[in-house]
Amino acid sequence: MLKRSLIGLAMICGVSAAALAEEPKAGGVVNAVIQPEPPGLMLGLVQNGPTQMISGNIYEGLLRYSPKLEPQPGLAESWTVSEDGKVYTFKLRKGVSWHDGKPFTSADVLFSIEFLKQTHARARGNLATLDKVEAPDDSTVVFTLKEPFGPFLGIFEVGSLPMIPKHIYEGTDFKTNPANNTPIGTGPFMFKDWQKGSFIRLVKNPNYYIKGKPHLDEIYWHVIPDAAARSVAFETGKIDVLPGGSVENFDVPRLSKLKNVCVTGNGWEFFSPHSWLWLNNRSGPTANKKFRQALMYAIDRNFAKDVIWNGFAKVATGPSGSTIKYYTSAVPKYDLDPAKAKALLKEAGYNGEKVRMLPLPYGETWQRWAEAVKQNLQDVGINVEMIATDVPGWNKKVSDWDYDIAFTYLYQYGDPALGVARNYVSSQIAKGSPFNNVEGYTNPEVDKLFAEGAVAFPDSKRDEIYAKAQKILVEDVPVAWLLELQFPTITRCNVKNLVTTAIGVNDGFRDAWLDK
Amino acid sequence: MLAFIAQRIGKAVIVLLAIVVLNFFLIRLAPGDPAIVMAGEAGASDELFVTQLREKFGLDRPLPVQLFMYVKGILSLDLGYSFRQQMPVSKLILDRLPATMLLTGTAFAISLAFGVLFGALAARRAGTWADTLITVLALIFYATPLFWIALMAILLFSVTMEWLPSFGYETVGANYTGLAHVLDVGAHLVLPATTIGLFFMATYARMTRASMLEVKRLDFVKTARAKGLRDAVIQRRHVLRNALLPVVTLAGLQAGTLVGGAVLTETVFAWPGIGRLMYEALLQRDYNLLLGVFVVCSAMVLVFNLITDLIYRSVDPRIEFAA
Repeated sequence: MLKRSLIGLAMICGVSAAALAEEPKAGGVVNAVIQPEPPGLMLGLVQNGPTQMISGNIYEGLLRYSPKLEPQPGLAESWTVSEDGKVYTFKLRKGVSWHDGKPFTSADVLFSIEFLKQTHARARGNLATLDKVEAPDDSTVVFTLKEPFGPFLGIFEVGSLPMIPKHIYEGTDFKTNPANNTPIGTGPFMFKDWQKGSFIRLVKNPNYYIKGKPHLDEIYWHVIPDAAARSVAFETGKIDVLPGGSVENFDVPRLSKLKNVCVTGNGWEFFSPHSWLWLNNRSGPTANKKFRQALMYAIDRNFAKDVIWNGFAKVATGPSGSTIKYYTSAVPKYDLDPAKAKALLKEAGYNGEKVRMLPLPYGETWQRWAEAVKQNLQDVGINVEMIATDVPGWNKKVSDWDYDIAFTYLYQYGDPALGVARNYVSSQIAKGSPFNNVEGYTNPEVDKLFAEGAVAFPDSKRDEIYAKAQKILVEDVPVAWLLELQFPTITRCNVKNLVTTAIGVNDGFRDAWLDK
Repeated sequence: MLAFIAQRIGKAVIVLLAIVVLNFFLIRLAPGDPAIVMAGEAGASDELFVTQLREKFGLDRPLPVQLFMYVKGILSLDLGYSFRQQMPVSKLILDRLPATMLLTGTAFAISLAFGVLFGALAARRAGTWADTLITVLALIFYATPLFWIALMAILLFSVTMEWLPSFGYETVGANYTGLAHVLDVGAHLVLPATTIGLFFMATYARMTRASMLEVKRLDFVKTARAKGLRDAVIQRRHVLRNALLPVVTLAGLQAGTLVGGAVLTETVFAWPGIGRLMYEALLQRDYNLLLGVFVVCSAMVLVFNLITDLIYRSVDPRIEFAA
């Protein structure tokens, strides 16, 4: 109890420090941790977590998003939507230049769209409804859609649709362009140096289009492969910023109690990582709906929240997280009830068959969570066999549907059409990829609802449709929802104004400053 | 002797090729491939994405073709390209090699010097408290897992006493030059090198002690003593020198692992060396890079075996060269 109130206190301290409108000070160097070392920094080609975290300083998107997911100006300073919801007109900010001095224009936007359609799986999906994109002049871009696409204004964040310099990539083989090793963007920081295995260094962009920003001179991203060593590096003062997920969750309470340390769970509203157990709907006991419901009653999710995630989580109620659009809590509830779970197992005719469970090989916290769930399931009489794998093995097994129960968490990207539907619609069943409808759930009604939801106009219609879809899914339990995760960002309190938008540290250190 | 070396090198090349082929298949036995790892990390993917990656990695070609291309590359001293890291494998390895050589080389020197010293001391004072102390300590360091020693060392010297840095190769951003740079790297080197060194020091100490006690009983030592030689001379020239042969064997084996053997220590101390590179390549199924590190490590083992054989000869002239 004491532990939790202390964390609460630290969080309040972080928030109030940001709220006080202190005058930012210029200069200073910030040391942050990056884990694992990214394979590359060219955000148009590589989209994994660490790349997004660093490259959000180098590249920019047309829009940014407030913690409430409202679009904010980025490289586009204003935008209008036609009445039928099909034409989006963006006015670009003037006087923006690439790090090499060339001006940023609407031609770069058109090029970026073409580029990303070839290289960026998520952008490809997000742009599926795009009919054409035109540039009437240097600072105007017009997107015309085939049909209204509700979440369209939500796809312009830097990780989803980064702007790529046309003058560097046009007419080259994107994947082997030597410029990939020296990324050029429009962002507040420029790439300087990468000592593989040690650190990545970014320096201030002196020509950034917002006068006086960025405030910091340099950012060092240190590569420290061992989780315990990362928390020691922070403890000994060598590191100022531990982005979410860079230390094991059980170290967070200890680190947040140190002097002059601030912790915030903010900055994940856009991604809202949602964790669940993929249940194989095709075969084995998990193919039976009653068995799946029994799992929901058997798993003590409050225990996982309080003990394994140290309170940094929220019990998930269904397919949508509470932070994203069109979430509803009016769905069937599955509270911890082992007796009910046992009864359902009996009804399902479960006869003690072995059930293979795949933990997520992302460190100690996940390992412990798997053990806790295994215990929960054994308590109601389910015969669980834990399968040990490394990350590639996990990817392989999950993509090949070679499991019964598998831990995972996925990002939701603020809108059910962007980050939720993919796990439940039957058109997303495809062997060989770990981030689609892996469980093999098919329900024509759900397919129809999600298809309608994406293009329904105006938003009130979407609200209705998604509420219905959530209700059906929670009844069917295609997967067992666990927690809405929070990955707390831990900083020295003198690093101010770091987390300001819905993508947190990924939006770069544009507004951050150091109180010396 | 030159003929011996030439013959050994010829054999080494054949062994190396066999290692390459074996590793090539072994690595591919692990579930998952680089395309699926990268797709997984991207958090979103479709079929096109994975297909593109497979094509890029050359994984869409039949296995024998892939093997043929790889071996062809190796024969022309080309270790291939790491598509994941967007760099030639040889550059990635060469960048990391100095850090590892510094770390393991220092550890090797420390462990060999102090190991033999303590072992000789223990043998000389066999049965006294000094012997007991050395033996017990050696046993402890031999039996304790490296990473635990590393973490305890960090807790004590970095967190509590704040004497030594806990991670990295140098103070990033300090831009030291000259002596300041040497001292800085040296400070970073102390904990990881000692961590690795302690384990091997323990083995050398135990080996030296046992071997010396055995030699001590032999007739020629009695003869030396009967001649009236001073004890220090007997210990050094007659006992220690003859007792060193097994230690050389062990050192030769350790030297073989100088390049690739520090995965745990490099990970805990964030030392930018080759052990970590190998471990990461394994976790990412970066086939070319992993094979490259294996090839370099295997080549090193072969070289050190050859050197060990040459040293045998100079330590014990009775050993003759025969390929």
